[in-house]
Amino acid sequence: MRRPGWTVYGLLAAVVLGSMFPLWWSIVVASHDSTVLARDRFPLLPGGNFFRNAATVLDTVPFWRATLNSVIVSTTVSASVVFFSTLAGYAFAKLRFRGSGPLLVFVIATMAVPTQLGVVPLYQVMARLGWTGELTAVIVPGLVTAFGVFWMAQYLAQAVPSELIEAARVDGANMFRTFWHVGLPAARPAASMLFLFTFVATWTNFFWPFIVLGPSNPTLPVALQQLQAAHFVDYSLVLAGAVLATVPLLVLFALAGRQLVSGIMQGAVKQ
Amino acid sequence: MPAPAPVPPRGGRRGRGRLGRLDSTVSPYLYIAPFFLLFLVTGLFPLVYTGWVALHDWDQIMGQGEFVGMANYVDVLTGRGFWRALSNTVSIFVLSSVPQILAALLIATLLDRNLRARTLWRMGVLLPYVVAPVAVALIFNNLFADRFGLINLLLETAGLEPVRWHSDRFASHVAIATMVNFRWTGYNALILLAAMQAIPRDLYEQAAIDGANAWRQFWSVTVPMLRPTLIFVIITSTIGGLQIFDEPKMYDQFGRGGADQQWQTLTIYLYELGWTRADFGMASAVAVLLFLLIVAFGVVNFLLTRRIAHDEGGRR
Repeated sequence: MRRPGWTVYGLLAAVVLGSMFPLWWSIVVASHDSTVLARDRFPLLPGGNFFRNAATVLDTVPFWRATLNSVIVSTTVSASVVFFSTLAGYAFAKLRFRGSGPLLVFVIATMAVPTQLGVVPLYQVMARLGWTGELTAVIVPGLVTAFGVFWMAQYLAQAVPSELIEAARVDGANMFRTFWHVGLPAARPAASMLFLFTFVATWTNFFWPFIVLGPSNPTLPVALQQLQAAHFVDYSLVLAGAVLATVPLLVLFALAGRQLVSGIMQGAVKQ
Repeated sequence: MPAPAPVPPRGGRRGRGRLGRLDSTVSPYLYIAPFFLLFLVTGLFPLVYTGWVALHDWDQIMGQGEFVGMANYVDVLTGRGFWRALSNTVSIFVLSSVPQILAALLIATLLDRNLRARTLWRMGVLLPYVVAPVAVALIFNNLFADRFGLINLLLETAGLEPVRWHSDRFASHVAIATMVNFRWTGYNALILLAAMQAIPRDLYEQAAIDGANAWRQFWSVTVPMLRPTLIFVIITSTIGGLQIFDEPKMYDQFGRGGADQQWQTLTIYLYELGWTRADFGMASAVAVLLFLLIVAFGVVNFLLTRRIAHDEGGRR
């Protein structure tokens, strides 16, 4: 196939610059002093004030607490989604049981249900349990997703040869041993992608954590909201917070961006 | 759909007795149980129970009060807040979905060429996806600032009037839609790209032989072949778009959708009823109405695309 001309590269470069510029701009603003920004208005290069702004952010909101909370919540939720989805996906793809067809249809149907609209009763449940303000209130509703089950079922259906399961069973392995030694290793590529996407989604999630967590025990997006509520006009400060909260995911992107790309493209082909 | 499962081993084979048989009948249910239990408790039950709460006088602190029938719905539907939030939500949704899907289509066709370093280009368009909507909102608040904002500065430099990005209702919707588009366009472009690559190349060759130029090929080969994927993208962006909260919530420091609620969306309205006014009954009524709205959009979408598919079939 012919290589494309310069117009294609030029247009793509413009798109990529457009997606990088706001991030660059946030670094520029976060590393200046707000008063400077108001006066000469148009610096295009970072200044030398980032660490001072960052220090003020750390003084204003419980930033380290929020970072730790985000790490705990995102890791727990992602690990749990991967484990339970693999387990259920394996059952749907490889085991025969009464009702499996309708149950899988139910799973697929629930993917389109906006469960976020159940916030009022969910909040009541959490209040009843005494979990409001606690990380458990954010973790527990995230432990499983219908998408995860569907994704793993799709993958495992073609990734695990049924003969292998048969062989393990004939050798006398019980059901769970068979899952552990045959299903789980085969699931690894799809499982790591599911982990990545769940991690990004949980890390960036705002609506429910904002409602159920208090100001003293926030996740990062909730802490950013507090920072803005307290210092809206001081853009340097607010954007220093935004930069600090985004850096971990930029690192993740540098390490696993390639996998994110192929995950999105595979999900699209299969649906 | 998963491939047909293997025939489970018959009980008693190889000395595996009743226990082994129990293992193979019960295990599948144990494996799917965590998903169903957690989903029922944290997903389905709250959603269904919302309908029950909406029929009561229900205070966040005092709890369940009298059964009031449709009174909460009447209050919501006769008040000004709901309709304003509804029109803001739909306006922001249209401004974010239509240009976004067109741009994603364009970017996907660019990426579908035989590029050098193609993974790098793909990563480049996906970058905004890892930035949290809250952080995106903070950055764009600065770009769209009424005074000293970069965008207004550029407009003034070009000799144009600065736009009142916050006080002007439509302009605020444009700014919020821009944040959504920034984060999701590249993501959707990759989904469309994957579908484009699955189109058999000889369809293009045939069209070229029939004398179709690139533009013509795009509309009569690429777009029709992408229809299922386009429907998927449109439906997911409808479900998400009508529930938009983060970006408008963060568009100023008060988080109430503007001084005149000019960019207050339905979920912000829901939040305000439930957690500022502590009226869980009315908040639930809004949740139910928003749910019905999403279902209605889904049905209209389904009927429209089916109609288009049928027309297409008639012409062939």
